[in-house]
Amino acid sequence: MSASKLAGTAHLGGTVSQAPRLSGRRVAILVALILIYGVIPIVGNDYWLNSLIIPTIVMGLAGLGLNLLMGYAGLISLGSAAFMATGAFATFNLLLRLPILPLPVVLILAGLIAGLGGLIFGLPSLRIRGFYLSAPTLAAQFFLTWLFQTYHWFSNNSMSLVISAPRLEFFGYDLSSSRGRYLLVALTAGLLLLLAFAIIKSRIGRDWMAIRDMEVAASVTGVPIARRKLQAYVVSSFFLGVAGALWAFAYLGTADSNTFSLDKSFQVLFIVLIGGSASLLGNFVGAAFIVLTPIVLDILVPVLGLDTYIDQGSIANIEPIIFGALIIFLLIKEPDGLASLFSRTIRALSIWPLRR
Amino acid sequence: MLFLVNIIVAGLLAGLMYALVAIGFVLIYKASGVFNFAQGAMVLLSALTFVTLNEHGLPFWLCFIITVGVLIVASVLIEFLVLRPLVNRSPDTLFMATLGLSFVIEGLAQLVLGTDVHQLDLGIPDVPLKLYGLQVSDFDLFTAAVSILLVAVLALLFGKTRVGISLRAVADNTLAAQSIGIRLPHIWRIVWSVAGVVALIAGLLWGNRQGVQFSLSLVVLKAMPVLIIGGFSSIPGAIVGGLIVGATENLADIYIGPLVHGAVSDWFAYILATAFLLIRPNGLFGEKPIQRV
Repeated sequence: MSASKLAGTAHLGGTVSQAPRLSGRRVAILVALILIYGVIPIVGNDYWLNSLIIPTIVMGLAGLGLNLLMGYAGLISLGSAAFMATGAFATFNLLLRLPILPLPVVLILAGLIAGLGGLIFGLPSLRIRGFYLSAPTLAAQFFLTWLFQTYHWFSNNSMSLVISAPRLEFFGYDLSSSRGRYLLVALTAGLLLLLAFAIIKSRIGRDWMAIRDMEVAASVTGVPIARRKLQAYVVSSFFLGVAGALWAFAYLGTADSNTFSLDKSFQVLFIVLIGGSASLLGNFVGAAFIVLTPIVLDILVPVLGLDTYIDQGSIANIEPIIFGALIIFLLIKEPDGLASLFSRTIRALSIWPLRR
Repeated sequence: MLFLVNIIVAGLLAGLMYALVAIGFVLIYKASGVFNFAQGAMVLLSALTFVTLNEHGLPFWLCFIITVGVLIVASVLIEFLVLRPLVNRSPDTLFMATLGLSFVIEGLAQLVLGTDVHQLDLGIPDVPLKLYGLQVSDFDLFTAAVSILLVAVLALLFGKTRVGISLRAVADNTLAAQSIGIRLPHIWRIVWSVAGVVALIAGLLWGNRQGVQFSLSLVVLKAMPVLIIGGFSSIPGAIVGGLIVGATENLADIYIGPLVHGAVSDWFAYILATAFLLIRPNGLFGEKPIQRV
C-alpha cells in the first residue's frame, strides 16, 4: 500500500512542471470549489446546513487531524476528542478574555494551544509505538476532560460547566446565521485542507510516511525521528483543536467537557478507518458516513415498515453494529477505505464503455 | 496506620478485579499477538447472557454452561469472520479490527438482550466485615479465592495439557508450531473460548458489584494500564499489574485527590502506565521483544 503511494507521489511530482491545462482533475476541483463556496450557501436550507453539512465538514476536519497522525505518521491515538476539547475551551477563553482578537486569530491560537497539549502527550511516543500508544493518548483523553470539568475557571465559573459562543463575527460581519457558520466552517476546512496537502507533500510528510513504513530504515537514512513524531502530534492536535472549536461553536453553539468524551474520540477514529488511512478527502467521506448513518436509519426504518419491530433504542444499537462491521469489512477487503473504493469505481466507470 | 493499610487493602481488592479482566487479554495476546480490544465487550456479552438466562428462572449451573456455549460459538465465529481473513496483517490492523469487533458485540448484545440495568446476585454478602480492623467483605475474599483458583487452573491448563503445550508453542514461535502440525485456527478458537470464560467470570464478579450494564464494557480501558505495567504476555504480570493499579489508584484518590480538588482515579492509572512505559517499556514481567531490521 505504502510503497505504491510513495511511487504515486513521485510520479505526480514529475508532472507538475508541465504547462497548466484544463485536465479533468482541474475541472473537478473547480466545480467542487464553485459548489462548496457558491452554490451550497445559496441553495442550502437551514436543516441541510445545520444537521448535515456543517457536522460533516467539522468531523471531516477532525478526521483529517487524526489521519495526519495515524495514517501518515503511523501513530495510534485514542484521545482525539481531548485535543478537540482543548481547542474548544481555548477558543472560549480567548474570545472571552481577549475580546480584541479577531476570530481567525483566536482559532489559530486555540489550535496552537491544542498543539502544545499534543506535544506534551506525544512525548511518550519517542519510546513506544503501536497500540502501546493508546495508554498516553487515553491519559490525554481522561486527564484533559477531567481538567476542564474540575477547574471551573475554564468555563468561566458557569454553574452548568457549559461554554457557549460569546460572538462569532469576522471583521464586523455576523456569522451566527446558519449560512454564516457554514461559510466559516467551509473556509476554515478549505484552508486547513490546503495546509494538510502542503505538509504531506513536503519533506515532513514524506518523513512521516517513512517512519510509518519502517522506523529503523527511516532513522538510518537520516530522518530526525523524534522531531518528526512530535511535529506529527503538534500538527494533528492543531487540526483537532480547530475542529473542536468549530464543533462547539459553529455546530452545537454550546459545549461542555462531556461533548468531547471517549465516544467522540472513537468516532474520529472510525472516520479515519472508514474514509481511508493516509487519505485527505477520505476523511470527509468517512465523516459523511458517520453523520448520515443515524439519520438514514431514522428515515429507513419506518419506510421499510420495521418500526413495529425496532424501537428508537434499538436503532441506537444498530449504529455501532454497522460501524464496527464496516470497519472490519474495510480492514479485510479495502484497507484504503471508502475513498479508494469510490475513486476505483469512478475510474472503472470512466473507461467502462471503451473496455473490451 | 490502620487507615493507610485499609486504603491499600481496598485498592488491592479492586485491583484483583482489574486483573481478572486483564488475564483475558494476556491469553489472546500470548497466542496470537493481538491486543484484543473486544475483551471488554466479551465481559458485557457474557454477563448479559448469564443474567438474562438467570432472570428466566434457569438454575445457576445451567446458565453458566449455556453462556459458555454462547461464548464458544462467538469465538468460532470471530476466528472465521475476523481473524482468519486478517492473518499476517500488522498488529495495529488487528487492534483496529478488534475495536470494530467490540462495537459489533456490544451492539448485538444490547440489541438482543436489551439495555436495561440488571441486578446480579451471586448470593455472597458484600458487607464489610472487621477482620483485625481491616474492612473486608465476604465477596472480596470470594473474589480473591476465585482469582487464585483461576490462575491455578490456567497454569495447569498451559503446563500440563496437550492443548496448553501446543498453545505455548504457538506463542513461542508461530511458524515452527505450524510446521510441526499444530493447527493455528484451532488454537485461536480455543484461546478465544478460554478468554471468553475468563471474561464470564470477570463479568459475573463485576456485575455482582455494580450491576450488569453497558459500563461493564468500559473495564477494558482500565485493563490497558494494568497490562502495560504488568506486561502483555504474562499472567502473573496481569495480577501484579492489577494490584499495583488498584492500590496506587486508591492511594492517589485519598492523598492526591484533595490537593487537586477532585477524584483523580479517572486518569491516574493512565498517567502511571505512561510513566511506566517510559521507564520499563515491556512491563514488569513482559518479554523483551527482539526486533529484526
